[in-house]
This record gives sequence, C-alpha cells and structure tokens, in this order.
Amino acid sequence: MSTDRDRMLAAIKAGVSRSPTRDAAKPAPLVPQRGQRSGRDLVDLFRKQAEAASATVAEVKSAADIPAAVTDYLKGRNLPAQVKLAPDPRVAGLDWKSQPLLEISSGASDGHDLASVTPVLSGVAETGTLFVHSGAPTPNTLHFLPETHIAVLYRDELVGTYEEAWAALRKKFGADLSSGAIPRTVSLVTGPSRSADIGKILLMGAHGPKRLHIILVDQPLGSSGPN
Amino acid sequence: MLQPTSNAFAEKSTEAIGDTELQEALGILRTHSIPNRNKAAAALPEFEALRDRARDLKNHILGHLDQYLLQFEEQVQKSGGQVHWCADAETARNLVLDLCRKAGAKTVTKGKTMVGEEIGINDFLEKNGIEPVETDLGEYIIQLRHETPSHIIGPALHVTKRQVEETFRKAHTDLEAGRNLDEASSLMAEARAKLRSRFLAADVGITGANFLIAETGSTVIVTNEGNGDLTQTLPKMHIVLASIEKVVPTIEDAMTLLRVLPRSATGQELSVYTTFSTGPRRATDLDGPREFHVVLLDNGRSSYLGGPLQDMLRCIRCGACMDHCPVYHSVGGHAYGWVYPGPIGAILTPALVGVQNAEPLPNASTLCGRCEAVCPVRIPIPKLLRHWREEEFSRAITPAVQRTGLSFWAWFAKRPALYRIAARWGARVLRWKAGTRGRFSSLPLAGGWTRHRDFPAPQGKTFHDQWRARQTGAGR
Repeated sequence: MSTDRDRMLAAIKAGVSRSPTRDAAKPAPLVPQRGQRSGRDLVDLFRKQAEAASATVAEVKSAADIPAAVTDYLKGRNLPAQVKLAPDPRVAGLDWKSQPLLEISSGASDGHDLASVTPVLSGVAETGTLFVHSGAPTPNTLHFLPETHIAVLYRDELVGTYEEAWAALRKKFGADLSSGAIPRTVSLVTGPSRSADIGKILLMGAHGPKRLHIILVDQPLGSSGPN
Repeated sequence: MLQPTSNAFAEKSTEAIGDTELQEALGILRTHSIPNRNKAAAALPEFEALRDRARDLKNHILGHLDQYLLQFEEQVQKSGGQVHWCADAETARNLVLDLCRKAGAKTVTKGKTMVGEEIGINDFLEKNGIEPVETDLGEYIIQLRHETPSHIIGPALHVTKRQVEETFRKAHTDLEAGRNLDEASSLMAEARAKLRSRFLAADVGITGANFLIAETGSTVIVTNEGNGDLTQTLPKMHIVLASIEKVVPTIEDAMTLLRVLPRSATGQELSVYTTFSTGPRRATDLDGPREFHVVLLDNGRSSYLGGPLQDMLRCIRCGACMDHCPVYHSVGGHAYGWVYPGPIGAILTPALVGVQNAEPLPNASTLCGRCEAVCPVRIPIPKLLRHWREEEFSRAITPAVQRTGLSFWAWFAKRPALYRIAARWGARVLRWKAGTRGRFSSLPLAGGWTRHRDFPAPQGKTFHDQWRARQTGAGR
C-alpha cells in the first residue's frame, strides 16, 4: 500500500494551506461554566444529569456500605442476586461475605452474566457521564455485556468537567498517553444503552446494559478505602 | 463504490411524496429532531462559541492534514496497530477482504460506518463468501430489507414500526409465527437476542470512526446502543474504516467537537457511549481484539483541499442539516440516490461521484439557509450549493431548457434599461390577463407550477420602481 500512501500524502500536501496556524501554546479549551462547581453543588449536578440520562444514583456513606447497596438495588428491581465483579480492589476488595445471599464471581464476561459491578475512573457532573477504561482489573466486557451495570463512584473521583477526567487518566497512566500508555479503550458512558430505531420510540437496552446504577460513595478513595 | 442514482432525483421525489408510510415516518423530523436539537443548544450558554471553536479547529486541521495523519499513523503503530492508506474505494474493499481472510473470518459484525457504505463493503464481502452482520439496530433493519440508509445517523428513519414487524417476521423464521410483536419493546428484545449470538460468534468487527486522535493513535466512535463497543471488543480483529478528514490533534480537541456533535445530532448532551480505542488488547487484558487495523480512505477528498469546496470537509456527520431541510422533510434520504443525503449530501455527492452523476442535487434546494444556521462547524452550505450550480452551468451539465432560459434572462439582466421596461410591461400584461381573479390556473412555460397550484398575478409596482420610490423618500 506504500504507493497509495505516497499518492495520498502528495495530494494532501499539494492542497494544505498551513493556515490558520495554532499558537505553540495551544488555546485553552472552552470549558462550559456549568461543570465548574464544588461540594454538594457538584454532587447535585451529577445526580441531576445522570438521572436525566436514565441512570439511577444511590448515595452511601462509606465503602463498607457498597455490598449491601448492591443487594438492595437488585432486590428492589426483582433481579437475580448474582453479580460479576471487576477484579479491581476498589470493588473486589470489599466485604462481599457480608451478603450471603449474593452469588459472586469475578473476571471478564462471556455474555452470560446478568449484572456487573465495576469501579470507574471518574464521574463527570457536566453531563452525568462515567469514564471507564479497559484493563486487567476492569475488563471491558463488564461495561457492555450484562443487562445491569452497577458502577461504584468514590467521592474524590467525582469531577465537574471532561477535562478534569482526562487529567485523572493522564495522572494514572502518564501525562504522555501517546506512547501506547493509554488503555485499549476509554469509554464515556452516559446512561444505559438505548435506541429509537424502531418506530422512533426511545427504548432502553438496545445491546448494552438496560440499567445503569451508580453507587456514589461519600468518602474519598484514599481515606479508609476498601479493605 | 456504491453506484449513484442521483440523476433520477425528480422521479424518486415524486414517488417519495406519494408514499404515505414514508411521509408518516418523516414526521419525526418536525416533532422531535428539530425541537430536541434546539433544546440542547439552548441549555448550553457556550454552544454558539463552541461552534466557532469547532469551525476554527477543523480549518486548522485541514490546513495541516498531512502532519496530523502522519502523527496518527506513528501513534497507531506504537500502540501495536496498523494503518492502511487507501486512495480509492476499490483498494479499501480489497484490503478489508484480505484482512478478513487472514483472520479466517466467516462472519463479520459491523458497527455503523458511512465510509463502509461509501465503499460498498457489505456486498463485496458477501460476494466473497464472508457474511457481514449489521449490529446497529437501524442498520440491521435495513440490511434485512435490502435497503440503504436514508439518514446518516438514523439509517432506518424511513421505516415505520409496522414495517419493522413485517421485516422481522419474514427474516426470523425460526421463531414462533404467532408471537406477539405489537410493542416496540418486543421487537427490540427480539433483535437484541438475535444479534447477541452474532456478536459472540464473529471473527472480525468493523466499525467506523467519528474522530481519529493524532496525539494517541486512538479512534473514536459515538453510539447509543453499545453495539459498536461489542463489535470491537469481542472478535479477534478490529478494523476501523475512516476517511482522512476525521483526524484531530488531541483528545481535548475531540472533546470540543464532542460538545457540539451529539447536541446537534440527537439533542443529547452526550451520546450514551463515546469510546476511544487504541491498538489491540494489552498483554494483561482479559478481553479485546488481538489485532487493530485502521483503513484511511481518501476517495477523492484530498483534491478538494485548498479549493473552493474545502469547507465541506469540516463536516462531522451530525445530520442536523438534513433534520432541518424542508426538501429532505418532503422526500427523505433515498431520493438523493447515494450514501450522503440532504444538504451536505448535495455537496459531497457531486464531489465524490462526479457532478455529472449528481446534477439535480445542488439544484434541489431553495437556499433557505436553515442548514447553515444549525451546522455545528458552520459549513456555508448554500454558498457551496451555488458553487456546484455555477460549475454545472460552465461545464454545460445543466439541462438545455434551463440553460436557454438562463441565457435569455441574463441577456435582459445585463441591459438594465430594457429589463426595467420589460418587467414593467410584463407585470401589466399579466395583471390585465388575470382579470378580477388575480391568479392563473394555467400559464405557458409554467406548467410545472400551475399543475399543482395557481400562479398569482403581479401586484402593484415592480421591485425597481418600489426601490426608487423608497430611495427618494429616504433622501428627503
């Protein structure tokens, strides 16, 4: 294909004007005011936006409350007490034995799991969006195959804007994401899967999860954390 | 490449206007698409400023396209993937087939890709013994109906719920014939179950790309269903089909475009899934494809860089121009006769298939300007349509009757004194002829108009006379 590459590059070079140029210092992105807030305001905006996108949100006091919140959610929806956990310590490291009726397994999904519990990189209040990424502790299949996706969001993972979430990713994987340091997939997830392709009627659960439930933990990950 | 039938626009439009089921389906544009977009735009105070940023960003990229594509290629390679440069549709098709054969593929799942439509990949794979399975619900429906997309983001926009039921009953013959499919949710559950097994069985997943990121070598898809993510996560090979103008410098630049794209497309603040994919699965990953390939398609685009039509390459495929177009509202997407319908299609189609093969499209517009008013990257669509009209005239592609008419008018227009006299007398004669009714039910040379409605006789003075009166008045 080297001949096509040469031909295409020659044709492109013949047409490019080299303008408008960009300052060596890139222009600062135009970040909407909406997400630039803190404290309870930030939590309220996140809730409002996530719920507007048809996700549900539950707030719990500490990491120790997460397993019970998962059981409660499944029971409340009359769903089977069965979850596949992301191997990540933020989820797998919790005291799941406290929920004797909950059937637990861990790992990637082969398509037969009804519900998954995963951590997230960030929650973004601007649009009620979760940032999730692939990796050994967080297999991507858990974000897309089960009918119910339960996401755990710690208070210090909640940010106002996309830019802050990407900054968190750069902090975790290296500022220079270009050397292949970026995870294979980074997904911005806003509500459960949906489609309006049949008769223009908007329905949840087209191919991905039918339900997205977010457990917001009012405790920074660093403080006591999962055991 | 998919063969265009754009020159039959008039015949197909007549058909479309008489198709009651299509007209019912198109109603969604006025009742949902327009209000949803307007609501989303109004909810973000920075929306107009973001449109300016998006326009400037795309202009900068088009001015440095070679540099960003080379950077993108380098980064894809660094992350363990490969980039394939394809100058035309045929090269791209053959390349995809080779990759599928290398993977030993029997079935290929597909996310929605307009570039895939452009190169006619489905028919080609099928002819070569590989089964392509569309997984976007709308694409799946039209694949079963052997149709092409009629809208770039809602490919089955033209299909009613009743027709979906009919299609599923015909295609899913292994299911019980008497099953109840009255509810849209039953139809969706059936498609979900059918496609779930296809996702798990596919050897190769093909997706499009909304953006390519030069900084990281990532490709980005935007979906609501999650089908694109399953398509690229489950098979052992992921192939991305993308055209060259999709590249953006950095992740942050992509976010600027992502703040205007879904709001313009569906009125969502953000689509449900926006996924950045980079390379094949990592050594420690538990899932993901073993191979990652990006097909970069030119197909004639590079020849428009630096020329009068360059602005069309800013398009980020949101579909707002067609959602707001009164012509598209009336005839739908299929009348346009190729891959990209609506106002942007009327510019892209002549560019990519040759203006002689799409003569009616630039003329199928009243130049009302609603498309330009909503375009998130501010493409001056009416101006570009006029460019094609001039090109058609100068290359003698415009039909002879129109050419003669235009030449006749131009002769008068270049002689202002004569034009004024002719206009004044013409108006008087028409008014006198129309009599007390003030309108004509038939007129020579205007049968196309009077067949469906009366032609009103001119009222009052000519424009020139009124203008002069006003100027004198203002100068008092």
